[in-house]
Amino acid sequence: MDQEESVSVLEEKYSRRTFIKGVIATGATASSAGYLFRGSPLLGAATYQTATERLITLNVNGQERRVDVLPHETLAMTLRYKLGLTGTKLGCDRAECGACTVLIDGVSQYACSMLTHQVRGRSVGTIEGLEDADTGELSVVQRAVMEEGGFQCAFCAPGFIMAMTEMIEVNPNPTREEARLALSGNLCRCADYDKILTCAMRSAELARSV
Amino acid sequence: MAERLVGADIAPPDLHAKITGRARYAEDFRAPGMVFAKLLLSPMPHARVRRVDASRALAMEGVIDILRADEVPSRDGPREACLTDTPRYEGEPILAVAAVDEETAAAAIEAIEIDFEPLPFVIDPLESLRPGGPNAYVDGNQFSGQDGWSDFKWTDTDFANVDAGQMPDPSCPVDWTKGDPEAAFAESALVLEETIVHQSLTHHPMEPRSNMAYWEGETLHAFVSTQSSQQTKFALAGALQIDPENINLVSEYCGGGFGSKIAGTTVMQIPALLSRKINRPVMLRITRYEENYVGRARPGFQTWLKMGFLQDGKCNAIDLIIVQESGPYGAGDFNTAGMIADLTYTPQNMRFRGVSMYTNTPPKAAQRGPGGAQIISMMEPILEKAGRELGVDRFDIHRMNAPRGDVQFGPRNATLTSVHAVEALDQGREMFDWDAKLAISGQRNGSKVTGVGIGLSPYTAGSRGRDGMMIIRPDGKLYVHQGIGNLGTHSIADTARPAAEVLGYNWEDVEIVWGNSARAYPRSTVQAGSQTTTAHTRANHAAATDALRKIREVAAQALGGSPSDYSVGSGRVSGPGGAMTLGRIAERAIAMGGEYSGEVLPEDVHAQTVPAAQMLSGEGLMGIARDNYGGQGNIYSWVAGFAMVELDEETGVVELKEYVGVTDCGTVIHPRNLGAQVFGGSIQGMGMAMTQRWVFDPQWGVPFANRFYTARPPGFLDIPAKLKWGAVGIPDPQDPVGAKGIGEPPVGAGAAALTSAIADAMGGRCVCRTPLTPDILLAEIEGRPMYGRLEQHVG
Ligand code: FES
Ligand code: FES
Repeated sequence: MDQEESVSVLEEKYSRRTFIKGVIATGATASSAGYLFRGSPLLGAATYQTATERLITLNVNGQERRVDVLPHETLAMTLRYKLGLTGTKLGCDRAECGACTVLIDGVSQYACSMLTHQVRGRSVGTIEGLEDADTGELSVVQRAVMEEGGFQCAFCAPGFIMAMTEMIEVNPNPTREEARLALSGNLCRCADYDKILTCAMRSAELARSV
Repeated sequence: MAERLVGADIAPPDLHAKITGRARYAEDFRAPGMVFAKLLLSPMPHARVRRVDASRALAMEGVIDILRADEVPSRDGPREACLTDTPRYEGEPILAVAAVDEETAAAAIEAIEIDFEPLPFVIDPLESLRPGGPNAYVDGNQFSGQDGWSDFKWTDTDFANVDAGQMPDPSCPVDWTKGDPEAAFAESALVLEETIVHQSLTHHPMEPRSNMAYWEGETLHAFVSTQSSQQTKFALAGALQIDPENINLVSEYCGGGFGSKIAGTTVMQIPALLSRKINRPVMLRITRYEENYVGRARPGFQTWLKMGFLQDGKCNAIDLIIVQESGPYGAGDFNTAGMIADLTYTPQNMRFRGVSMYTNTPPKAAQRGPGGAQIISMMEPILEKAGRELGVDRFDIHRMNAPRGDVQFGPRNATLTSVHAVEALDQGREMFDWDAKLAISGQRNGSKVTGVGIGLSPYTAGSRGRDGMMIIRPDGKLYVHQGIGNLGTHSIADTARPAAEVLGYNWEDVEIVWGNSARAYPRSTVQAGSQTTTAHTRANHAAATDALRKIREVAAQALGGSPSDYSVGSGRVSGPGGAMTLGRIAERAIAMGGEYSGEVLPEDVHAQTVPAAQMLSGEGLMGIARDNYGGQGNIYSWVAGFAMVELDEETGVVELKEYVGVTDCGTVIHPRNLGAQVFGGSIQGMGMAMTQRWVFDPQWGVPFANRFYTARPPGFLDIPAKLKWGAVGIPDPQDPVGAKGIGEPPVGAGAAALTSAIADAMGGRCVCRTPLTPDILLAEIEGRPMYGRLEQHVG
C-alpha cells in the first residue's frame, strides 16, 4: 500500500471528517444531530426530504435486518434504539472512549461516529453476536474474560471485547505491549487495564489453542 | 467440607451478563410509549431567568411538554434543585422538554426564547475572599442554617501577604490547633513553606447519568444509574417528597460513579417529574458534554503549607490553610484533608485552617478519596523534599512519620481500629526494589531523566451497625439480599462470602439478590466511602450467624437432641438425630413460622428493613440481624504507592515506567478484585496528577476542558507498563471478618507517588500544582512558570 492510499484508507476508517461530511450531506447540523436519537418515522419524513433511501437492510451479527434509518442516524443509535441491541454502549457520543466499538467487516469502529448508511452491504458485529447462536457457547474472548474476571463496572466491556476480537484475528500472537497498543482506542474509567490486558493475552492464547 | 470462599478469586455472578451485552444499565431499559427529554442548560455561570417563551417550541410537531423550575421541589439556600431559574454555573439545567424523539426535543430547546439577566460570578475562590471581591450568590458567600447568608472576606493585610508570596494569617470558619505549633516550629531543624494548588476535576464515570422513569398510578418506576441502591430509593423519595414504598428503583448495573452517584438523585428527578406530568415514560440521556456539567467534580484546593522537621526527619509541626473551590452547592473535602495531614505525618503540633468558598462552577461531590487524595498528592513531594534537604533517605522519612497503632489524630484525637502503614511501606520497598531504583534516580538517557517517588495514602474504610438479611428457600439455596449497589466493586457478591462460609455453603448454591427494590433489601450503607466491605461483611456475618442458630434449632426440633449438637455444611445439617437438607429445614421453618420464617423480626433492625423483611417472610428460613459487633475507633485502610517515571526535559512528557501499590486493608476477601481496586484507584490518581485539566475562561466563566478529549483520564498508553500490587493481609482485630474497604486510599497513593517521582526527576523541585501536564512541566523546566503560584482553573 503506498503512502497516499494508506492515508486515505485511514481517513475512511477513522476520520471524524468523513463522519461530519456524511452528516452534512443529509442536511442536518453537524454539531449535534448525529448524536441524538430520532425515533419517529413520521416526523423524519416530514422534516428530512432527501434522496437517501430510508428502509435499508443491514447485516448485523450474521442476520439480515430491515430497518428504517434516517439519513444522518448513527449506527450506535440504530443498534440501540431500533434493533434492540443495547449491548453497544455510549460513553461519549463522540469518538473519545470506544465504549461503542463494533466490528465492521471485522474491523473495529466507533459506532457513535459512523452513519448507519455507511455500513450498508457490510457486516456489522456487536457484542450480542459473539456467543454461538445455537449453543450459547461464549467466544474465546468472552471465555478469557470469564476466566480472568475482567472488568469492574464493565460499561466499557462490550467495546473492549469487540476490540480484542479484532486483535486476535489481526495479531494472534501479541506481546503485552502490542495488545496494549491494539486496545488503546478504548478507555476504561475504572482503569481495570491490567486485568483487561491479561484477558486480551488469554484470549489470544485460547484462540491459538482451538 | 465446604470450600474456602474468603481469599479466593471468584468472578462476580453478573460477569456473564456484562460480557454478553445482556446487563442492562439505566439507558438500556425501554418502556412502551417512551419519549425523550432534553435539557436547556444555562449558558452563563450565574444568572436569573427573566422570561421564557416556549410557545414556538410547544407548537412543534412531536413536542409533548415542558418542565419548568417552578414545577420541581425547590430548595432554599445553597442547595441544588433539579431545575432552576437562577442558574449558578454554566451548564446548570434550567428546564426540560419532552418530545417523541431526542432530536425533536433538542430542536424544541433551540426554539425556546429565553432571556437571562447575567449576575456577577466568581470562578476562583480567592477572588471571592478578597475585600470587595465578587460572590457566587447574590446574598453572600457563606451560608449557615441558623444565620443565613453572610459576606466573608479576608483582610487587606491577608492579601498583602498573599500577593507578596507570604503565608497569610487569615481568620477561617474552620480553625483547630493541636499541641503548640509555634513552639514546635521554633525547635524544627528545617521549616518548609509552600503554596500548592490542586485542580478541581470532573468524575466522568464511563456511564453518564442517563435514566428513565414512568409511573403506574402512585408508583414510580425509576431506572437509574446510582452507586447505592437501598439508600438511593430513600434519597429519591426524599427529593421528590413521596413515600419510599411508592418507588420501584431499578439499578441493576452502574457504569461507575467514583462518588458522583452516591445517590445521584438530582438528575433522576427530571424524568420522574416530567413523566408524572405527561403520563408517559421519559428517557433522559445525558451526553458526555452534559455529564461534565451535571456529573459532579472533586473540589480544588489553594493551599499554604508550613511543615517543620527535626534533624532526623521527623515532622514536628504543620500549619495548613486550605481554600476550597466548592462550586455552588458545597463540599466537605477540606475538613478531611486537615485530618489526613495530621494522621499521615503525625506532627503532634498542628494548626489547620480551612474555608469552603462557593463558586460558579459545576457542583462538587466526594470523588474517590475526597480531601485525602488531594492533600496526599500535594504534601508527599514536600515530605520528600525535607528528606533531601536533611539528608534522610526518602523511604525512611515516609516510614518514620507514618502512624503506628497508638496514633491519635485530628482536633478530637480520633483513634484507629488498626493501622499497618509501616508494613505496607516495607512490603512496597521490597516489591519495588526501592534501593536499586533510588540508585538510578536522576539518571539521564538523552533528554530523559528518571525519577522515583513514594505516596502513602490513608482513607476511611468502613462503618458499622447496618442490617443483613438472607433467606434459605425450600430449594436449599441461600439468597443474600444486598441493598448496596453494583458499580463494579463486586461488593454485592464479595461481602456475602463470609456469610456463606458461616453457613458452610458452596458458592454455586448462593444467590445474590440485588438491583431492584421490589426484591427487598435490608437497611444498607450508601455505596461510598469504602464502607461496604466492612459494613456488609459484618452485617451479612451477623445475619448468617442468626440463620445458623435457627437452622440448628429447627434441626433439633425435627430430629431431637440439642441445637448445639448440630453442624451445618454443604447444604445439610447433621447431628445425633440424623441429617436433613437445608431445603427441608427451610420448609420446616416456614411451617414453624415466628422468627424462623421472618414473621417475627429482631427488635433492633432498622425501620427501613422491616417492610423489606415482611416481603420475604414465610418464604424460607430467614437470617436477619443488625451488626452489633461494635468496635472502637475509626476504620482506615492504607495504600503505599511507589512510582518510577521518565521525564523528557525537551518535551515535558512524563512516561510512567513502573508502579507498585501495597495495601493495608485487613483480611483479603477477593485477591484479584483487590488488585484491580488498588490499580484502578492508583491510575485514577495518576490521571488526577497528570492529565485531567479543569480550565475556565475567567472572563466569561465558561469551562474549556469539558470532555474526555480535553480532560483526559488515563488510557492504555498512559499507564505504567509494569504494575504490581500487594497486601499486608493482617485482619482488623475488631471485626468478625477483619476486612477493611479499599476504594478510596489508592487514589492518593497513585497521585502522590507520581507528584513525588516527577519532583525527583526535576532534581527535587516541586512544581506544587496539578495536573502536571507537559506544557506546565516544560515551562517549569525552562524557568518560565506559566501561571501564578496560586492561580486556579488554569490547567
Ligand atoms: S461512545 Fe463512541 S467513542 Fe465514545
Ligand atoms: S470497567 Fe468501568 S469503565 Fe471499564
